[in-house]
Amino acid sequence: MNGNESRLVWLLTVPALTVIAGVATFPILWTFWESLHRHDLRMPWIGMPFVGLDNYLEVFADRRAWSALLHTVFFVATTVAIELVLGLALALGLHRVSRGRGLLRTAALLPWAVPTVVGALIWRFIFESPLGPVWFADASAAWLPIVVADVWKATPFVALLLLAGLQQIDPALDEAASLDGAGALRRLREITLPLLAPALAAAIVFRSLDAFRVFDVIYVLTGGGPGTATEPISLYAFSVLFRELRIGYGSALSMLVFAVSFVLALVWIKLLGAARAGDVGS
Amino acid sequence: MIVTPAGRRLAVAGTMLLVTAGLVPLYFALVSSLGPEARLFEAPSLRPDRIVFDHYRALFEHRDFWTPIRNSLIVAGATTGLALALGAPCAYAIARLPFRGKAWILSGVLAVSMFPQVSIVSPLFLVLRTVGLVNTFPGLVLPYLTFAMPLSIWLLVGVFRQLPAAVEEAARLDGASRLRAFWSVALPLARPGLATTAILTFLYSWNEFLFALSFTLGPERHTVPVAIALFRGQYQVAWGEVLAGALVATLPIVLLVLLAERRIVSGLTAGAIKG
Repeated sequence: MNGNESRLVWLLTVPALTVIAGVATFPILWTFWESLHRHDLRMPWIGMPFVGLDNYLEVFADRRAWSALLHTVFFVATTVAIELVLGLALALGLHRVSRGRGLLRTAALLPWAVPTVVGALIWRFIFESPLGPVWFADASAAWLPIVVADVWKATPFVALLLLAGLQQIDPALDEAASLDGAGALRRLREITLPLLAPALAAAIVFRSLDAFRVFDVIYVLTGGGPGTATEPISLYAFSVLFRELRIGYGSALSMLVFAVSFVLALVWIKLLGAARAGDVGS
Repeated sequence: MIVTPAGRRLAVAGTMLLVTAGLVPLYFALVSSLGPEARLFEAPSLRPDRIVFDHYRALFEHRDFWTPIRNSLIVAGATTGLALALGAPCAYAIARLPFRGKAWILSGVLAVSMFPQVSIVSPLFLVLRTVGLVNTFPGLVLPYLTFAMPLSIWLLVGVFRQLPAAVEEAARLDGASRLRAFWSVALPLARPGLATTAILTFLYSWNEFLFALSFTLGPERHTVPVAIALFRGQYQVAWGEVLAGALVATLPIVLLVLLAERRIVSGLTAGAIKG
């Protein structure tokens, strides 16, 4: 590469990378920095003393943080499992439909495209309209509208991801097995699902990542209530930051969200990288 | 795929059922928003007995819903424009020019796209406050670039990689510089991919909630999702107006999906970096 080309590389990439560094990399480092300090905007007179890992130790002792984490894990496990099953069913169905597939796919996609806030409000109305807000007064029952709203929105996304995976599978395999007398269920289990494994893995990691930082849908549906019964970790971090104005402690909480997401993201990038390498190989 | 006729009918029926189940809530919201106030809390009905536009009138006359729509259009539009203008050159370099560290840049971009918003919201707020950008349009566009830039770079790298290199090479042999080849050969060829990227970026910006909630202070700068989420009646949620607002907020999205479903799906499955 000559000097001209490398100057050109700089010219083309630096603006975008600078912006990313400025709006994402720098803020995350700042959050980490804040998490090492006692910084409370309600008490400006204490300044911002360095406290090392004290905030993280406080997280460990904080029952509300633990239950928020538990709520989040519950939310991830429940929604991702349901979305995977329904998404797979929808994908298999769309894959088989020959006439009007485009139209069906468009219709299936709509819930995904609706703003999360809007979808959540519509579901709140549906759950409230016949009986009033009873669903939202009970600590366990309040999860139902949350899970339903999330599944409603994310299933189309999972389905389309899996549909793309299905379309890459060579139909000849299925035909051969069918000629050999394998039934539909058996072909699904022994041919389609194993070949779909990369797409399934991608969908699981990707949805988990997204579900782990859940905010909008719960903010709108229950606000984390009743009490803090449905409060996920993002919402807790958000309210420590913006309601209690305890920037230091809130930053430690949000670093926790970040750390988990980061690990999931590494898995995701690895999968994507493997998929890309597979493209080149085949 | 070999399917018996009965199996195919079953598949079609099941698919229709799932798709319809997805549409029912939207339809229900539509019917309810078009009914009179008194109808809202009676037994749910899927058939409107009388269509009135009261809620929509209230939405625009009393709530001034034009303001959040305008705000959302400005913010989502500016975010999309900037993300494409900055992202396209960067993506082109990654896709076409030989230089070291590309894989790292791409992984870094992907990693940034995974940043939970809540983990950067407070520094962004403190910065925006320091430079006086809280409750302004740039004060939303800049934070939106945290997800829009990675999204556009990731999608466009895929787009540029798929373009036939031969056309650019022909242009280079004719004496065009790299920059020229990018600007007058690759960019025009990439137009469909640019459109896909623009549509997805716009969609995510239009739907964004957490940043808009944190960085806007009053109704004059609220975006559509924030405005709807904060609708309150005096004693209870003003459901009629909420539903009317929800449908108005969804309308542009529905139009985008109807017009560009194929593109959105291809972008989603190629990129799949946002949920």
